[in-house]
Formats: sequence, C-alpha cells, structure tokens
Amino acid sequence: MTQAPLPKAHVRCQLNGQPVEFLADQHMSLLEVLREVLDLTGTKEGCNDGNCGACTVSMDGRIVDSCLVLAPEVDGRTIETIEGMAPPGGLHPLQRSFLEEAALQCGICTPGFLISAKALLEREPDADEHRIRHWLAGNLCRCTGYDKIVRAVLRAETAMAPKAAAGRTRRKKSA
Amino acid sequence: MTSKTGSKKSESKKTGAERKFRVVGTRPIRHDGWDKVLGRAVFGADIKLPGLVHGAVLRSPYAHARIVKIDLSKAEAAPGVLAVMTGADMPIAASKVLDLGEEVTNAVFASDRVMARTKAVYKGHPVAAVAAVDHNVALEALRLIEVSYEVLPHVVTIEQAMAPGAPLVHDDLVGSDIGERVEHTNVADHIRYEVGDPEAAFAEAATIVELECRVSRAHQGYIEPQNATALWHQDGKLTVWTSTQGSFSQRNSLSSVLMMPASSIKVVPMEIGGGFGGKIGIYLEPLAAILSRKCGHPVKLVMERRDVFDATGPGPGGIIRVKMGVDAHGVITAATADIRYGAGAYPGASINPAAVCVFACYRVPNARIDAYDVVINLSKTAAYRAPGSPQASFATETVVDEICRRIGMDPAEFRLLNATRGGDRRTDGPTFPRIGNVETVEAIRGSAHYRAKLGRASSPTKKRGRGMASGYWQGIGNKSTVTINVNNDGVVSLIEGSADIGGTRTSIAMQAAEILGIAAEDVHPAVVDTDSIGYTDLTAGSRTTYATGAAAIQAAEQVVEEMKKRAALVWETDEANVRFADGVFTNGAAKNQHLTFKELCGKLDTTGGHVSTTGVVNIRGSGGGSFATHLVDVEVDTDTGKVEILRYTAAQDAGKAVHPAYVEGQMEGGAVQGIGWALNEEYVVGDDGVMQNATFLDYRMPTSLDVPMIDTIIVEVPNERHPFGVRGIGETCIVPPMPAISNALRDALGVRLTELPMKPGRIMAALQAQAGP
Ligand code: FES
Ligand code: FES
Repeated sequence: MTQAPLPKAHVRCQLNGQPVEFLADQHMSLLEVLREVLDLTGTKEGCNDGNCGACTVSMDGRIVDSCLVLAPEVDGRTIETIEGMAPPGGLHPLQRSFLEEAALQCGICTPGFLISAKALLEREPDADEHRIRHWLAGNLCRCTGYDKIVRAVLRAETAMAPKAAAGRTRRKKSA
Repeated sequence: MTSKTGSKKSESKKTGAERKFRVVGTRPIRHDGWDKVLGRAVFGADIKLPGLVHGAVLRSPYAHARIVKIDLSKAEAAPGVLAVMTGADMPIAASKVLDLGEEVTNAVFASDRVMARTKAVYKGHPVAAVAAVDHNVALEALRLIEVSYEVLPHVVTIEQAMAPGAPLVHDDLVGSDIGERVEHTNVADHIRYEVGDPEAAFAEAATIVELECRVSRAHQGYIEPQNATALWHQDGKLTVWTSTQGSFSQRNSLSSVLMMPASSIKVVPMEIGGGFGGKIGIYLEPLAAILSRKCGHPVKLVMERRDVFDATGPGPGGIIRVKMGVDAHGVITAATADIRYGAGAYPGASINPAAVCVFACYRVPNARIDAYDVVINLSKTAAYRAPGSPQASFATETVVDEICRRIGMDPAEFRLLNATRGGDRRTDGPTFPRIGNVETVEAIRGSAHYRAKLGRASSPTKKRGRGMASGYWQGIGNKSTVTINVNNDGVVSLIEGSADIGGTRTSIAMQAAEILGIAAEDVHPAVVDTDSIGYTDLTAGSRTTYATGAAAIQAAEQVVEEMKKRAALVWETDEANVRFADGVFTNGAAKNQHLTFKELCGKLDTTGGHVSTTGVVNIRGSGGGSFATHLVDVEVDTDTGKVEILRYTAAQDAGKAVHPAYVEGQMEGGAVQGIGWALNEEYVVGDDGVMQNATFLDYRMPTSLDVPMIDTIIVEVPNERHPFGVRGIGETCIVPPMPAISNALRDALGVRLTELPMKPGRIMAALQAQAGP
C-alpha cells in the first residue's frame, strides 16, 4: 500500500470480432477484466489458479485459462469468449448438442467446455472419444461425470461434418 | 484407456403398472438451457448492482487459537476501505435448532462458524472482513489488520479428539451419550439403534466377517465457489443475492444469526454452480450483510478456492466398523455397526442418516448401530450427496463382499436373498413401503455388463477385477409451493422456490405440462425470491423433482378445475359435463364441443378473467427412498498401484424418471464423484492442522480422462407417495462406487482395501503386505 500504484495498462485487442480498448491495473488477470471491466460474466471463475478450466477463452486461436493471463498481455491479441460463440439469434452446433445431450447440469463449467471443445473441433473435426477426453481434461465438471459432455462433442462433430463425410464420422463413433 | 461408448439412452427397466404419459419420460431441452450455453445465465458471482462494493475475509491461519487482540485501525484508515468488521459486530445468536432439511445445526454454532469471536476453531475460520471500493483494495486492507493469536493444541482426527484428556474444541460443549449428558468432551452425540439380540445371533452364525474401514473427508467440489451479495436497506430490511440450495432455509439461518425477523429478509437465489449439499449452510451472507449495514453499499463477497476447501463443509471422514453374521444358507442373522464421524469444528456430522442407511439394503433381524458425532479442529462438515450414507455403506458393502467370498456365493444372489423389500423393517425402525431394492440388483444381474467377460489385462503386470455394491438414500419430502399463472396465449408461467442445480425447472415444469396436456415448452418456469413465492424447502434430500413436482401437479390440477368452469361458461352447460383429457376440454352433454387448452386460454378474459393457482404441499417422507446397485470393472497396474476404471454400470430406482436424461446425468455424475472419493480425493492434513492440498491441482477430482462412459439402467418401481410415482434420485448414486471399487480391487488383487481413498500408495502397501517380508 505504500508503493505508488503502477499506471494502468492501456490495452487494445479484438474481442469477439470487435475492436476493444480498456484500461486495467497491471496485476489484473484477463478473467478479471472480462468479468469486472467489460461486463462479460459468461466466463467463469472456479479456482483462479489454472486448475479448473471454467475461465477458458481462446487467445489467438489457442485456448488459455484467462485467470492465468495478465491483462496487459492481451494487447494486440484476438480473444474469443463464450459471448462470441453463437451466430446472432442462434446457437453454435456445440451449444445445440450440449442442450440436446443434456451435457450440463449446473452449467457453471459449460462456457469453458464449449470454448475448449470448439478449439478441438476446429483442429480435429473427427476426434474420437479418447481424443476428446484427453483434450477436455483441463476442464473440470463436477456434475455430469463427463459422459454426456463427450457425447455432445461427438454429436456436434456429426452435425458439423460436411454431408459426404457424415456417414464416415458416424461409423467411426459407433465402432 | 479402454474406450467404450455405451448405448445412447439408458436401458430402462419398468416394473409394475404404468400410467400412460405424454410429457413425463421424454427429453425436452431444458428451459434455462439457452442462457446457460450462451454464457448469459447469471450466477451468484456475476451480479452487478448500482453502488456495488467488494469485500474480503481475513481467516485464521491456525486450526485452534485464542484471539487475543485485533487491531483494525490501519485497515480502517486505508484509502478505499469502506467498512471493517469482526466477531464483535455479530449479534449474539440465541440457542435454537436450525433444521435445514439435510443439515441440522444450532444457531449459536452457525453464527460462530461464520465469524470467530474469542477463538478460531478451524483453519480458515473468519476473524475479520473488509468492504472496499474494489476487491484488490479489500485484499490489501486485510494485510493491515493485526491479529494476535494464542495458538492452542488442536485435534484433527477422531482418535485425537476421543483420546482421554484431549484438547477440547469447545470448552462448553455438552455432549449426549445415548441421552446421558456429558461435559468436557469432543463427542457431541452418541446414538444407538437396537433390534433383536445381535450377540446371541452372532453366537449361532455360520460365518462372521468384521471389517474396520476408514474414509477420508471429501469435498463436494462444486466448481462455483460460495458467494454472497447483500444490501442492508435503510429501512432495516435486508436483501441477499446468493448461490444457495435453499433460499428459504437460508433466510431462516440468516434470521437466527442476524437476529432479525425472517420476513425482513429477502433471499434472491442466483443460478447455482453446483452444491451437492455444500450450499445449504450460510458462510458469507451474514458478513456481507453486516458490511453492507456498516457502509451503506451493497457488498459482494466471493470465496477463493483455497477457502472453499479450508472453510466450507466437506462430507465427514470416519472410522466405521461393521460386523455381519450369516447362517449356513447365507441368510444374514445379525449385524452391528460402530460409526464415528469427524464433524469438524461444530456438531452435526449426519450420523443419524448414516445409521438409517448402513443396513438399509438388507434384512437384518438382529442389529445394533452405534454412531458418534465427534468435533475436531477442521471446518464444520456439511451435507454431501446422501450425507452419511457413503461412509457407513462402504463398510457394509465390503463386509458383504467378503462374506460372499467366504461362503462362495455370487454377490447378486446374496443380495437377492437378503435384500429389503416393501413391508420389511429398516434397521432404525420404519417399515419400507414399496421399494426397488431387489429390482436394481436384478437390473445389474440382467445387464450386458454383468454377462460380459472381464477380459484379459492389457499387460502382464496389470490385473483386472469386477466388483458390485448397493446403496440407499432415504430422501425427504417437506414443503414446497408452486404458482401457475395461465396466459391468454396458452402458455403458463410456473413460479417456484426450488433452486435449480441440475435441470429441475424442467422436471417440475414437465409434471405440470403432463396434467395440463400441453408441451413442456409451453410451461415457462421461474425460480424466484423468498418474497415472491410461498415457503419452499431446499434443493437437497433428493426432494425437488419429487416434492416441488407434487406441488406443481397440485397447482396444475387446480388450473384444470378452474378451466373446466370456464369451458362450462363458454358452452353454457353444467360444469359436471366438462371432461378434460390429453389437453382437450370436451362437453360431454353435446356433440362436437371441444376446446384445446390453448383455445380455452384465449377465452379466459371473457369468462371471468385470468387463472392463477397455487399448489402447496408438505409431504411426510420420501416414500421409501431410492436404491442403487453398481457394477465396475477395474484394471490395476501392480507396478504403480494405478487403477483404471474399465467399465461402469449403475442401476437405480427412479420410481418414474421424469426427464430420463437428467436422471442418467445424476447417476453418471454421482458415480464419477464416487470414483473420485474411491481413488483420489482426500483432505491431507498436516501436523499443524492445516489442509495441505487445498487446490484443484492437489485435491484430485476426476477429469474426463480418468473415467469411461457410465452406463445407466433406470429402474422404475413407482413411489406410492407421488402421483406419477417419482422418487428423488440425486443422492443414492454416490453410495455404491467406493465399495464397488474396493470389491473390484479385491477381485483383481486378492487384497482388501479398507481405507479411502484407495490411492496408489495404499494399493502398493497392501500388495507388499500380501507378498510378505
Ligand atoms: S478459474 Fe481459471 S482455471 Fe479455474
Ligand atoms: S455442469 Fe456443473 S460443473 Fe459441469
């Protein structure tokens, strides 16, 4: 308290497709900025130490725990949060499959899982069950036991697959 | 890992007469689903209010320490600090039992737990709190509070607490030893249930097995930390926004702790990020309220994860000794249980439910159950999914497994031979109504998993085993209120007071829709604050879909009655002529006169105005409770002690599954929580009385990679006490996993693991002991 406070960081980034500019204390995490400064409370805090994945966002196409990213690090980056996932008035196929498969109970972990799963499907649109479980191991869910979450991701793969590949995807999953 | 994608929908095993349902039993999209996948749902920590300020709590670093002096002056003088409080600001609560449904405590303890006055009795015990312009200023201010402690000797294990001359957690605790008053003790309560003559029966028994089991305390592990935002209004009223399992029980607790009338408090339930029993009691709410009173702003407090582990209530650990005897045919003749739970720093370790559940799956003609509630210098335990049952049942179910091995009987056969059925006496007294115990065992015995071969281990150093276990939770009924408002467009609003932790808005709305003959989507449920709906007990005890569902059915039936009157007006006929079926009103006295529910809604304004009804229930008991049987295959690496769950099948009696996907979800989630408790989760407490693994990194809950798909079999033995036969199902599912896995390890390795968690070190030690020196 005796030190003079550091000047606030002036940060510019792309957030959910829009340019955003904000001032943040140097020690603030991206999670704090999203929730407290930018009023984007869809990104959740479960632990604040990088161990639950509730705060997962995408930064330059990579998924990160936003509680571990300092706000000044975000300057010049592209950030995507749960608020930017759905097309206007609709749902992303993953959001739809999470609803259809009842892949959420309390729903606090859901935004983090959706962001993580989206990043996986962008890289590996036909990831199998094991790969999905491996990819999502950084996201904790205490309610579902993961069963329906994994099924929802598999279902979204089918929904997102180009028509020709849909049959192949389905066969692989039931193998 | 073995990838096993089970059947998409659970196998469903129906028993008994079945009513034809149109909505119940289907799988609609949950009503709050869009908000939750879009990140729009407002959970407790998400709330923003005009003038909102932020708080932080200073906590005792010691498990047991007298608070000698607290100097607040520097904190109070710090810029940005708006209010500082200590235990001196807390009203002195009057002694009063707070029965919160699944948690019973005394208001004096509830008050002391939220903030220490003269001594801290657990690490993390709040000693002061600050409100400031932002969270970081509040955190900085905590560092300016000077507390001098006199550290006292602590007790953190049951043995320590029960040892002669042990340091006392509370100097003035008055314990009860089967009704006898005891002073200067850490044993708050010792209860006993007895039936028949167990000693005489043991003397005659052909086979007797006795095991002593140890179970670690385990945290519910909800991903959302506790939070509370309070505004103390100038007129003396209080509004609290919080993530709670029960807004009304929260209001009662606050009323007792803040010494103000319940009617002056409004609790606004926010979306809740998991509870499992852990969000029944109050923690931050009174502190936020007092800080708000002092500074005039709404104050928000959010717990840090470390504090969630240190200072909220996990389920209790315990030492449980079970002895069981059978005759030459394998029929149980006697059993005794000695159950000791570490309650944490205040009494109330759910020993009574433990005694209720310990032998509930079996007919035991001669039994004695002793249960002890022991206070220790760790945070007060709370309800955790079937509170008290998993620990005690771990001992029973492993003993049963040993008996089966000793007498060479198949564990399913043994269960079918000895299972309690409707009309049997539960060991603690009551007689079971119709229950589905036998049916869950039969469901497992008939499952594809049971018939499948275990298969060969994936390497020579690995071994496979299979285990089975059963479990029980009695559940509760109690009070619920549901209001239905009929809109002119045929859609109804359903107002309820039950916190929705896992889709109960939908399971309740579906029950109303069933009666009204409309689609689930045409019922719009809303969970509202305590000023806006009649009293409703908490979401716990597996009661919400059952009891609040019953209130919804009642309200919907009233709607139908009123709508019949309106149809009679439209048709100018006698009300008695109006029939209602499948969503259509028909005039029995005329040809071709019918109106759908929706059509008639359009005529409400011309037939007397809107229709609004309220269902009010106060149901005694759950109607017998829910039984489950689980089957698990494991593979153990004998070089490392690592256990992999290869295959898991859970069968449970849901009475009638309203929304099967959410019933499966409870069963899957409960099984995986149980797998965590079985293999990894524990409080590692150092000699200093401090938990050493208070992060999600070190408190190892299962990740998606640690578990396979969980196959589920929903058994439906109708509950006689619910109009649709519904049973509460949220809790039983955590009871069988731990013993099922111990039984599977026994099968794989030939050694019996009696201590939870069955972590690699313990497995290796057991293997070494087996190998001999
Ligand atoms: S809040 Fe960031 S990982 Fe848990
Ligand atoms: S749905 Fe509750 S933590 Fe995942």
